[in-house]
Amino acid sequence: MRLFAPLLLAALLALTHAQAATPAPTPAAPTLKAGVLSPVMPAPALKLQGTDGQPIDLARFKGKVVLVAFGFSNCGEVCPITLATLAGARKKLGAADASNVQVVYVTVDPERDTEAQMKKYLASFDPTFIGGVGTRAQIDAAQKNWGISSTKNVASDGSYSIGHSSSIYMIDRMGGLHAVMPYGHPSDDFVHDLRILLRT
Amino acid sequence: MTGKRAWFLASPLILAVVVAVGWAGFAPIHVPTRDELFEIPKGTYARRMAGDKVEILPPSITLTLGLNDVLLLRNLDEVPQVFGPTIMMPGQSFRLPFETASSYDFACTAHASGQMTVEVEPAPVWPWQKIRWRLRAWRGKNQQ
Repeated sequence: MRLFAPLLLAALLALTHAQAATPAPTPAAPTLKAGVLSPVMPAPALKLQGTDGQPIDLARFKGKVVLVAFGFSNCGEVCPITLATLAGARKKLGAADASNVQVVYVTVDPERDTEAQMKKYLASFDPTFIGGVGTRAQIDAAQKNWGISSTKNVASDGSYSIGHSSSIYMIDRMGGLHAVMPYGHPSDDFVHDLRILLRT
Repeated sequence: MTGKRAWFLASPLILAVVVAVGWAGFAPIHVPTRDELFEIPKGTYARRMAGDKVEILPPSITLTLGLNDVLLLRNLDEVPQVFGPTIMMPGQSFRLPFETASSYDFACTAHASGQMTVEVEPAPVWPWQKIRWRLRAWRGKNQQ
């Protein structure tokens, strides 16, 4: 017992010293807040009608960072938050950088989201946002290309809502699908990533 | 005399246990990378289409902030795979960092259930949290 106590004390002192002397390593933090795809591949095709009166083709936005998201104008939960976040991010970026960021919001509800309806809805968040609309077949093709799921939930009164993928796809200035921001990130995270992508 | 002898014999063992538990609880945790890698092997889609329900990825993945808080998925299959927020082309990888401790549910075509849960835990601060993390890491290593 007389031998054990000093040994125990010495061991505890050694551990305390090790704790104090060896700082915990800090591995390099990821560069982007969003999930990054590697290697970067060209963004999937998106052939729709834009609410700005022109056809949507991502090649049209080359040189800009494009944020693509899917939703619908009657969405009461996810879409208003996403669109408000993106509008807030553009404001925080400042006019110069914001002019090189294009938001494209594609409907998953082509039956109700006409060009005029989508344009009015998006303008309430940011008038520069462009909506992607089209026929059911065109929207289905876009969703398939982008791996977007959506489920229609019909209520007893015949009204319906749509559960849908809620991530935001970040297309770099060269047209590559570079990163994907899951739903729920604050506008500051978008500002952080957009500044990196705008200078890449 | 017998008691003293027993103490003498047992003391190295007790000391070793105390040192091991002390080390596990107090020593800083070293990790070579924050990436937690999971690969979707070649042939996953074909196996699924053939009715094979064998799980290739675990249905639930636990990450820890500050240590292994980046989910790295590699699609080695010959067809695109949807993992939660994105679609991964063959040969492509997806590196998703987490900054908030929470439970995240994702759709995942590499799972028979089509679902995958990522549990993100806070960084271990207290000794018992470090011991728990080390035990889990040790178990994970032995299961590989």
